[in-house]
Amino acid sequence: MKQDNIIEVNKLTRSFGDFIAVDQISFEVRRGEIFGFLGANGAGKTTVIRMLTGLLIPTSGLARVAGEDVFRRAEAIKKKIGYMSQKFSLYEDLTVVENIRFYGGIYGLSARNIRSKTDELLNRLGLVDVRDRLISELPLGWKQKLAFSTAVIHDPVIVFMDEPTSGVDPITRRQFWDLIYEAADGGTTVFVTTHYMDEAEYCDRVSIMVDGRIDALDTPGGLKRAFGAPDIDEVFVKLARSGGAS
Amino acid sequence: MSVSVRNLKKTFGDIEALKGVSFEVKTGERFGFIGPDGAGKSTLFRILVSLLLPDSGEARVVGLDPVTGYIELRRRVGYMPGRFSLYQDLSVEENLTFFATIFNTTVAKNYHLIRDIYHQIEPFKKRRAGDLSGGMKQKLALSCALVHKPDILFLDEPTTGVDAVSRREFWDMLDKLKESGLTVLVSTPYMDEASRCDRIALMHRGEILEINTPEGISNNFGRDLWAVHASQRYRLLKILRAYSHAESVFAFGEQIHYTDRRHDFDSEELESWLASQGLEKVQVKKIRPSVEDALIALIGREAGGDQSTIMQPGPVYPGPKNGTGA
Repeated sequence: MKQDNIIEVNKLTRSFGDFIAVDQISFEVRRGEIFGFLGANGAGKTTVIRMLTGLLIPTSGLARVAGEDVFRRAEAIKKKIGYMSQKFSLYEDLTVVENIRFYGGIYGLSARNIRSKTDELLNRLGLVDVRDRLISELPLGWKQKLAFSTAVIHDPVIVFMDEPTSGVDPITRRQFWDLIYEAADGGTTVFVTTHYMDEAEYCDRVSIMVDGRIDALDTPGGLKRAFGAPDIDEVFVKLARSGGAS
Repeated sequence: MSVSVRNLKKTFGDIEALKGVSFEVKTGERFGFIGPDGAGKSTLFRILVSLLLPDSGEARVVGLDPVTGYIELRRRVGYMPGRFSLYQDLSVEENLTFFATIFNTTVAKNYHLIRDIYHQIEPFKKRRAGDLSGGMKQKLALSCALVHKPDILFLDEPTTGVDAVSRREFWDMLDKLKESGLTVLVSTPYMDEASRCDRIALMHRGEILEINTPEGISNNFGRDLWAVHASQRYRLLKILRAYSHAESVFAFGEQIHYTDRRHDFDSEELESWLASQGLEKVQVKKIRPSVEDALIALIGREAGGDQSTIMQPGPVYPGPKNGTGA
C-alpha cells in the first residue's frame, strides 16, 4: 500500500444472492483528501461504505483502509476510523459532557485522555457554559459541531460521513463544510456522501456510482470538462440516466 | 381559494413548531413550502389534513375546517406523508387496491388519474412494496394518494433522501398532474426545487419568512450579489470572510457568493485586491440571487442582522431552542 493512500480498493465486489450490489470497483483515496462519494439511490454506495468501515465482508476483491485489510482486520479498522451518519448521532437525553465521555469510552480512550479531550473540545467549540445541558436543549448548529467532534475524538486518520447535511438549513449546511475543510486541513481524510450536488463541488475528488460500478472519478472540474456540463448536477444526471437508475 | 390559513399555532411541550402562520393557496396552484428540518412543514401539513389539532388559529381546506369538518375533508384530500407509509409486506397492486377500497372506489374507475405514474411501476405490481427502490416507492405512494380522486394533494417532502435524477422525474410527474387542475401543496428542503412551484413560502423555525413567486423572491433580495471565483477556494473563503467590507460570504458550489457593505462597490477593485493576496484566476461576476441566497439572507436577518457573525466559530445561534423533528 502506498504511503499516501488511506483507502485502496481493487475489484471489490459484493453480491447478495444473485444480485451484484457492488461490481468490481477500484479506486484510491489519498491522505488528507476530501473524497465525495456520489451515486443514485440503490447504486451501491451504502454497501461500499459498510465494507470499508468493517461492517460487511466483501464477496471478492481487495480493499485496505488505513493499512488494514477489510477481510481479516475489520475490528482494527473500526478503531482507526470515524463515522458519522445522517442524523447527528448524539444522545439527546445525555448532557454535552456525558456525550463526549461516552464516545471517548467507546473508542477506548483512557480516563485521563477523555478528561483532557473534554476540556479541549468544550473550549474549542465554545460549549463551556452549556457543558451540563442536555443535547436536546441545544440548537442544531451546536449539536452538529459536537457530533462531528465526537466522531473524530480518537483522532482517526479517516472519517466517513453518510449524508451528514440532509435536511439541514442552508447556513448550518455550510458551517458543516467549514468543519470538513478544517479537518482536512489538519490532515484527516474525509469520505463523504451527499444528495446536494453543490456540495460535490467542495470535494477534492468525486466518484459517481451507477448500478454497482464507479462510472466516473475525477476532480469536480475534470468531471465537468469531460461531460461538457456546467455543474456536477448535470454530470450526475447524464451518468445516472444513461445507467437507467429507477 | 383552495386553502386559507390564519395565524395557525402549534406547540409540542415548549417547542413552538408553528408560531402563527398565515397564507392562501388558489385552486389549481402548485404551492411549495421550502425550509430545513424543524421549519414546521410537516406539522402544518398534518394539521391541514386533520391528523393533528392546532392550538389556535383558523384553517380552511377546500372550504372545510380540518377540526370540525374532518370526515368530509379526509375524502377530498390526498396526502403523501414524509415517511414511506404504505404496507411493506403487501404487493404494489395490493397497496393500491387497499387505498382504493377504503375510499369506496376501485382502481379501474380512477385508473386514468394515475396511469402516467403507475404504468412505470406496473411491471413490478406483484413485488412487495418493501422491496421497491426509493424512486419506485415514491411513485407507488403518489399513486395511492391519488387513487380516490382528491381535490387537493399534500406532498410532505416527497423527494427527501431521493437522488438528483429521481427528484427531477418526480417533478416531471407533478407537471403532468398540474395539467389536470389539481391543487398541490408540496414541501421540500431542496432550494433548487422552488423554481418548479407557482409560488413558494420560505419557512424557518415555525415561521413563514416570505411568500412569493420564485422570481419575486429573487427580485426582493434587495442588493447586488456577486459570484467570486479563484483557484484556491478555501483560501478565498477565509480571505473574503476576513475582508472588512464583506457583508455576507457563502460557498455555493465552486463559487463564493458575496455581498459588500459599500454603496460604491467596484468589482474590479475587489478582483485586483484578491489577486494581490496571492489568489489565482480571480473572477468577480454579478449574478441573480437564487432562492437559496434569499433564504440565507432572511435567516441571517432573523438571527440578528449581521450575517457575518453567523459564520464565526463558537456558538452559532443566539436562539434558546431549536424545534427539530417537529
